[in-house]
Amino acid sequence: MSAGIDLDNVCCDFGTFRAVDHVNVSIKPGEFFSFLGPSGCGKTTILRMISGFNEPTEGVIRIGGKDVRGQRPNQRPTALIFQNLALFPLMSIWENISFGLEVRGVDKATRRKRAEELLKLVDLPGAADKMVSQLSGGQKQRVAIARALAVEPQVMLLDEPLSALDLKLRQHMRAELRAIQKRTGVTFIYITHDQGEALAMSDRVGVMSHGRLQQVADPRDIYNNPVNGFVASFVGENNVFTGTASPDGSGFARFDTQHGPFRARMAPGVTGKNIKLYVRPEHTILSEAPGAENSVAVTVGDVAFEGNFISVTTTSDTGAQMVAELRNDGSTKVPATGDKLYASFDASAAAILPDETAV
Amino acid sequence: MQDLFRRYGTGLTGTFFVLTAFWLLALVILPNLTLLEASFRPYLPVTEIGGPKDVYSFDNYRKFTANPIDSNLLVFPVTMPIHTITFLNTVIYSAVVTFVTFLLSYPLAYYLAKIADPKSLPTLILLLFIPLWVSEALRAFAWYIILTLNGPLNAVLTGVGILDKPIRWQNGVFTAYDAIMIGLVYTYVLFMLFPIYGSVQSLDRNQIEAAEDLGAKWWQTHWRVILPHAKPGIASGCVMVFMLSAGSLLVPAQLGSTRSNWFTQSIQQWMLESQDWNTGAAYSFLYILLCMVVVLLVMWIFKVKLSDIAK
Repeated sequence: MSAGIDLDNVCCDFGTFRAVDHVNVSIKPGEFFSFLGPSGCGKTTILRMISGFNEPTEGVIRIGGKDVRGQRPNQRPTALIFQNLALFPLMSIWENISFGLEVRGVDKATRRKRAEELLKLVDLPGAADKMVSQLSGGQKQRVAIARALAVEPQVMLLDEPLSALDLKLRQHMRAELRAIQKRTGVTFIYITHDQGEALAMSDRVGVMSHGRLQQVADPRDIYNNPVNGFVASFVGENNVFTGTASPDGSGFARFDTQHGPFRARMAPGVTGKNIKLYVRPEHTILSEAPGAENSVAVTVGDVAFEGNFISVTTTSDTGAQMVAELRNDGSTKVPATGDKLYASFDASAAAILPDETAV
Repeated sequence: MQDLFRRYGTGLTGTFFVLTAFWLLALVILPNLTLLEASFRPYLPVTEIGGPKDVYSFDNYRKFTANPIDSNLLVFPVTMPIHTITFLNTVIYSAVVTFVTFLLSYPLAYYLAKIADPKSLPTLILLLFIPLWVSEALRAFAWYIILTLNGPLNAVLTGVGILDKPIRWQNGVFTAYDAIMIGLVYTYVLFMLFPIYGSVQSLDRNQIEAAEDLGAKWWQTHWRVILPHAKPGIASGCVMVFMLSAGSLLVPAQLGSTRSNWFTQSIQQWMLESQDWNTGAAYSFLYILLCMVVVLLVMWIFKVKLSDIAK
């Protein structure tokens, strides 16, 4: 069983501070949806409003089509996995997992059996009688998931549960979480400030800033077609230019900067003073001869070897800094510090975007 | 130790070391050892001290089980040695006092630790502390005035029509120990409140929220998550309030009725009225021993470890 969630014009104020500002989004049943944003952007407040620990100041939250305003967390069909997991240290593992059943009056034998089943589901058989303190970080993670699944929630809410794990384990748990979500079919709402997590696991991602939802789209769209400068720069790296745009009516525009004129994509209707040109480092090409368009003469500065790619920082003669990423596959010559080269990019790989908009 | 000498010099460290040793040895250990020794010797006229009758025995301790009389324990009529009855009454009513202070303290401690606005917390705690600045004797006397026949409590209750005529509260409405229990609860409630407050405060708020999120009703969250976490605080609060109540002399002396007798009063009677320090000392040591047995027994029943209380 899984339920969809509708946030309808939801606002949440703390005193005079507006933590969540007119958020509208529909999350489909069985979807893996992530809210991505920097700390303080209001994503945790959204999670707490869905689980019932905070009430929206304005707007409506519906779970499975039903307005849940006024329902306490223990009445909602949601289960929250806390950032610090909040396992009960004085209970054994199986008591932790079956706590939700215990408070519903399920008898001990049934609870024990259910806990064993769930431990198998999260790949932790044989841990039933251990105490929380005897488990490793990744194992605690699995227990927290099992404990939440035990109450058969229609929606699982996860508040940055992987942030305390080391890199390898985090990557492993990403795949694990995704697999558990597919196996159970429960709607997952995931909160994170880690773009890698959000992009790798989610069906759709909502990027947030200052309490506002900036863009809701699937991970590819978020990365390839950000709607504004915030999304572009929060998700991935960019070379950024400031200037003035003159649209040519075909979806492209001429962009005049102090480093020369560029041509880039510009969606119709983009206006505003703070528009900038964004181009990804992996779309920035270094060559010995000038490119056909969007080409800048640069001097190579720092060359950083990152393993699977090489990050080359260059400075143009006019003072602009541009980073290019070269794949470490032997196909391109790695430049040396001090080399005089040309940095260029394709007009379709660059976008002219406003600073921030709200969906 | 060497670190202290290095940091504060030989003179200062040595002085404080000697002072502390003097305090412990001369003012705590030696007097207690003297009393312990005296408790095994008979109470004799001065001329016979050191004489042939001055031999060690358990006679003083045996007085505890002498002189059976007919009396009541709570509502049950019993025939028991008079001082055993006093002891049992003291333990029973101290336990009631402990339980009542727990009932009063737990909700208040939970409120202070998890609900109250942190900004108003210093004010609230100050308000709780102010009565503690007044001496225990004065507070007992204040309750004596409140509960007296022409006192404010009777005046208010008859004034608003709850009572037809004033009650002699100190004689006891339910038991002969009512006034003593009121006084003890008032005097020692903070010794229960603060350990519980400390232990509830150390509980991660996410634990409470996780329980609620998993469907627990408020009392289930308290029973399964908050109370178990607060157990060490509750245990040390209970031990403190029980021992302080059982060992209190001022409050029972001030607020006791003609039918009440606290064991500390029995000891005082031996020591001051009978001038029999030997029996008084024997009763004191017996009392400490028996109270410790009671505490350890209760700790064993509630599965509390000594290390929990030391936290």
